[in-house]
Amino acid sequence: MTITHESNTESAMPAGIVQDRLAHVSAAAYRIRHHALNMGEVQGQGYVGQALGAADMLATVYGDQLRFRAEDPHWEARDRFLLSTGHYAIGHYAALAEAGILPVEELETYGSDDSRLPMSGMSTYTPGMEISGGSLGHGLTIAVGMALGLRHQGSSARVFNFLSDGELDEGSTWEAAMGAHHHQLGNLTAMVDINALQADGKTDTVLRTEPVTEKWESFGWYTQRVDGNDVGALLAAFDNAAAQAAAVGRPSVILCDTKVGRGVPLLEEREKAHFMRIDEHEWQVCREQLTAGYEGKASA
Amino acid sequence: MSTTTSAAAAAPTVTAAAAAPPAKPKLKTSAMIASFADPGQKTASAPFGHALVKAAQENDRIVGLTADLGKYTDMHIFAKAFPERFFQMGMAEQLLFGAAAGLAETGLVPFASTYSVFAARRAYDFLCLDAAEPNLNVNIVGGLPGLTTGYGPSHQATEDMAIFRGMPNLTIVDPCDSIDIEQAVPQLAASDGPTYLRLLRGNVPTVLDEYGYTFELGKAKVLRGGNDVVFISSGLMTMRALQAAKALAAHNVDVAVVHTPTIKPFDAATVLAEINTDRLAVTLENHSVVGGLFETVASAVVTAGVGKRVVPVALPDQFLDAGALPTLHDRYGLAVDRIVAKVLAELD
Repeated sequence: MTITHESNTESAMPAGIVQDRLAHVSAAAYRIRHHALNMGEVQGQGYVGQALGAADMLATVYGDQLRFRAEDPHWEARDRFLLSTGHYAIGHYAALAEAGILPVEELETYGSDDSRLPMSGMSTYTPGMEISGGSLGHGLTIAVGMALGLRHQGSSARVFNFLSDGELDEGSTWEAAMGAHHHQLGNLTAMVDINALQADGKTDTVLRTEPVTEKWESFGWYTQRVDGNDVGALLAAFDNAAAQAAAVGRPSVILCDTKVGRGVPLLEEREKAHFMRIDEHEWQVCREQLTAGYEGKASA
Repeated sequence: MSTTTSAAAAAPTVTAAAAAPPAKPKLKTSAMIASFADPGQKTASAPFGHALVKAAQENDRIVGLTADLGKYTDMHIFAKAFPERFFQMGMAEQLLFGAAAGLAETGLVPFASTYSVFAARRAYDFLCLDAAEPNLNVNIVGGLPGLTTGYGPSHQATEDMAIFRGMPNLTIVDPCDSIDIEQAVPQLAASDGPTYLRLLRGNVPTVLDEYGYTFELGKAKVLRGGNDVVFISSGLMTMRALQAAKALAAHNVDVAVVHTPTIKPFDAATVLAEINTDRLAVTLENHSVVGGLFETVASAVVTAGVGKRVVPVALPDQFLDAGALPTLHDRYGLAVDRIVAKVLAELD
């Protein structure tokens, strides 16, 4: 029977190790947010809100879960992280820099002519970018093929697919959900950023996707729903996914409720927009608020 | 599979005994996957399936997928030979081709089959962005290309090449017969990028063995020479072109036939050399007159600055009728008699 986690789940690990992982991932999430603000400032606008909202998810995956070699992004035995939501590339580039796959100084080229870091993520441009996302609803179909292919070749590598709640509008996502369950892909984990926002407005006014948890459960996935801005909850959910889903050959989904602009009160309070506009003088305010919040939490 | 017979054309006479009710005329009917082989023609069974098995015996990276159409695309032959290398994706074409791209990302060489209509119309975005943009070795196998079923527009892929020709990196192959298919499959597997094969399945005619022909990816081949007319043809229309050429000989018309199984990249050099003569130039294709072989040839002719009229034998730019395949091939001008009549009219 599927277990749905509404909040942080206790880990079997010793408290010290949990604290170390928590601190490590939280610090990574802070730096990912900081990078995203810097990239957004160069552009003057962009998908900063999504990057801030998803930073904890990205930090947990890259900082704690993924097996990779920074110096060899095509290492055959690596775990695969597929960014289905191409416009989240700003956050993904920040995570790739945090992981050492991209040089931090390259981030400022984001979205510029001839940059390896286009606004929408493309595998042909960027080291560590496994697929070209952007046309939404593709990622999970490719992930199914990758998970099948890796298993077929005896690889123990895992496949993580990052998608958004907006992508749940796409029928192809559910084709893939059925396919993953049918083929018993225990090596596949989907992580859904539920920020309740899409291009034309709030998700429940555009196309109601709830009840999301029950949908995934009914498709046969090991389903957990957590606060996607709670690193402890994310770590526990990933641990559960690895321990339980893989063991029984069942795909796993971690539904992550997140807040657009998370970590920067100025942006958290702003009217939510898919493509957030931030005035020139506000970027520094954003960075200061981010740092104050992180240091306050870290010292608490 | 076809239940059509020529006897159907013989209508009962009304002079039969008045007491007996008139016999109903025998109706022509259509099968989903009616064979276009002529009665008594030499055929090979499921050439694609057997060719894929053979290629897979030599290349363990080849895998097969289908979207609930294994039996109807000859993929079942592969599935039976290599059950552990076959993946059934269900009636979900977006998943089929997205997953094929994912398999290719892990270094495998997928052949993914469905009907051409579903590949071209339904899964285009997935093929375009997931397979073609990263230039992956994903091999699309499309059944019922052009007018090879009487089921009407839902199953007749009359514009598949028009749709696919605009996709960068994609190689498009329109085979004539079992020889073409048998020889094309290993070459498609060996070529790096994505490919689209216009599948002929079931009992497929064997035609090109009489012409000392071998399939070479990207190459057009002159099958026979002729002084009056040059046919440029692809797919099953090369078989019809050869038959029409023989029929036209009886009218003292000497016809050359150039077979262009690779539509993209197109062997313009070979075709232009044949077209740039005083002969009547005719293209023949099992596809809409929009966006297929005719326009591929026309584009090559204009680009090269050759001032030459080209006559298309192609399907009209319209949704076609449902019905029996021979009826429809005659109605839309793909039948040999219609080709002969068209050429004679042009030469008049």
